[in-house]
Amino acid sequence: MKLTGAVWKYGDNVDTDAIIPARYLNVSSPEELACHCMEDLDPGFASAVQTGDIIVAGENFGCGSSREHAPLAIKGAGVACVVARSFARIFHRNSINIGLPIVECPEVVEETEQGDQLTVNLEAGTVTNERTGRTYQTSPFPVFIMSIIRAGGLVPYTRGRLGRTLMGRI
Amino acid sequence: MGHTLAEKIIAAHLVDGEGNVSADNQIEVWPGDLVEVAVDVVLSNDITAPIAIREFEKLGVERVFDPARVVMVADHFAPNKDIKSAEQCACMRRFARTQNLPHYFDVGRMGIEHVLLPEQGLVAPGDVVVGADSHTCTYGALGAFATGMGSTDIGVAMATGRVWLRVPETIRIVYHDRLQPWVGGKDLILYTIGRIGVSGALYKAIEFAGPVIDSLSMAGRFTMANMAIEAGGKAGLFAVDETTCAYVDGRARRPYRVYQADDDAVYAQVVEIDVSQIEPQVAFPHLPENVRPVSQAAESNVRIDQAVIGSCTNGRLEDLRVVAKVLRGRRVHTDVRCIVIPGSQQVYLDALREGLIEVFVEAGAVVSTPTCGPCLGGHMGVLAAGERAVSTTNRNFRGRMGHPESKVYLAGPAVAAASAVAGHITGPDDPSPSPSPARRGEPEEVLQ
Repeated sequence: MKLTGAVWKYGDNVDTDAIIPARYLNVSSPEELACHCMEDLDPGFASAVQTGDIIVAGENFGCGSSREHAPLAIKGAGVACVVARSFARIFHRNSINIGLPIVECPEVVEETEQGDQLTVNLEAGTVTNERTGRTYQTSPFPVFIMSIIRAGGLVPYTRGRLGRTLMGRI
Repeated sequence: MGHTLAEKIIAAHLVDGEGNVSADNQIEVWPGDLVEVAVDVVLSNDITAPIAIREFEKLGVERVFDPARVVMVADHFAPNKDIKSAEQCACMRRFARTQNLPHYFDVGRMGIEHVLLPEQGLVAPGDVVVGADSHTCTYGALGAFATGMGSTDIGVAMATGRVWLRVPETIRIVYHDRLQPWVGGKDLILYTIGRIGVSGALYKAIEFAGPVIDSLSMAGRFTMANMAIEAGGKAGLFAVDETTCAYVDGRARRPYRVYQADDDAVYAQVVEIDVSQIEPQVAFPHLPENVRPVSQAAESNVRIDQAVIGSCTNGRLEDLRVVAKVLRGRRVHTDVRCIVIPGSQQVYLDALREGLIEVFVEAGAVVSTPTCGPCLGGHMGVLAAGERAVSTTNRNFRGRMGHPESKVYLAGPAVAAASAVAGHITGPDDPSPSPSPARRGEPEEVLQ
């Protein structure tokens, strides 16, 4: 799976209230949430973001609440992938579960600027900055996590497993 | 090599190759292992349940794995703040009725979930609890492995009774010496977050230990475990002792099992904290790690417009007693709206019977039905542009309590109550009211 898009660059500790403020948690459709994505951090984002764009951020992206509305808003906005120095744990799980590609790669974050074109190859675990021509290797997901991603998220993955013997160690 | 408390509890909940679970299994787990475990309780609320229900229905499963272990609480935007919130509560209510969930809590019976579940004996030591709410880690105070997840995880767990976990490394934080007056669990956890940072425990479990913890009340332990997530933690656990058993016995609705960390457990990091010099703490905007001692915070002359006292962090009876101690015989500053929110119907009733509610109302505070409302800028105390609040809640992110240009200062109940009286952030030893700037015609600028 190869994803190419323009970069929206943010700093450390982008919290879930910044990604989708709680005042909009009275709805849950990705399309509605997308209209308010990043509203308090970057009011221009929701109207300007293009399908396929990539968010690049610092440490602890998605910290704060467990709201799945956060990755849903980002996915609903058409963002193809989030690349960060590190992710908050619940946001990390939620993204995998709903099929939003995320990549942890500190070096990319260091050397990427707003508006750069990035190409992310999920299978190969590589990220290329098209402006600088540099390619970075990321650590691949464990096999089990890749199988959730390949199935299209946790629900299709679980549907495929229901009725079969469940294994203790994954 | 021995195991941490988190590792012990996870190992006892492992699903084996036959799909069975036995707490007596001899299997060991180590940090980094990806495992599937059986869960004891699956929790969601009016914000997260609608998505969990949607994902549950996509699985094609008719019934939840065990109705007695699926808990739903209408607490975030309840009593309903608008039509859309009412629709979300209605969705959860319909599901709870269809599935015959005995532990569905609606207005009049509910509380803020993380105050309510322990109080009702629905979580117990040794449990694995997953909740679609990041503060699910609160139950670590009972010696349970409890962690927040998203709605899809919870939808799947409602169907299967199982979740996948990556076994976390554990940080052990040991607290020594004696606490100063007015210093409680909130101050200890704010200080700790200030020390290790908001990602200091990312992906990890925290074990809170040491002589200070041994003599800390359950309320203080719940407050500390509650904010493990504010350091990025997956869980925040306490060893079960006499204090835990005194709280749990008579409440727990199931037999429970106590696990202990081994003496030779392997920790990713051990942090030693001398508490003797720790003052009440205040976290400045916009991160919980921006902590300062209250004496230093008071020097900054931060005028406040609102004080919020309550939440899953500090909405317990012990917290309200501290507030009453400060407010008794005093008046909330004329420029401050002081909102007190008991964490559950039981806490409300106990506070009423003890005369605490009367103290609050006489002081000029308002007392609300249990709700998460103001903590996340939902309702019951949303801030306008430029306004500042001192709050006993857990997050002070930009826009957390309302307008993106508003500010939240986190503190414990004593500081919040004293600041409500003073009109600016101050410690409980000197809550003398500052002159109202509105009356004196002075600018409202603060020095920070």
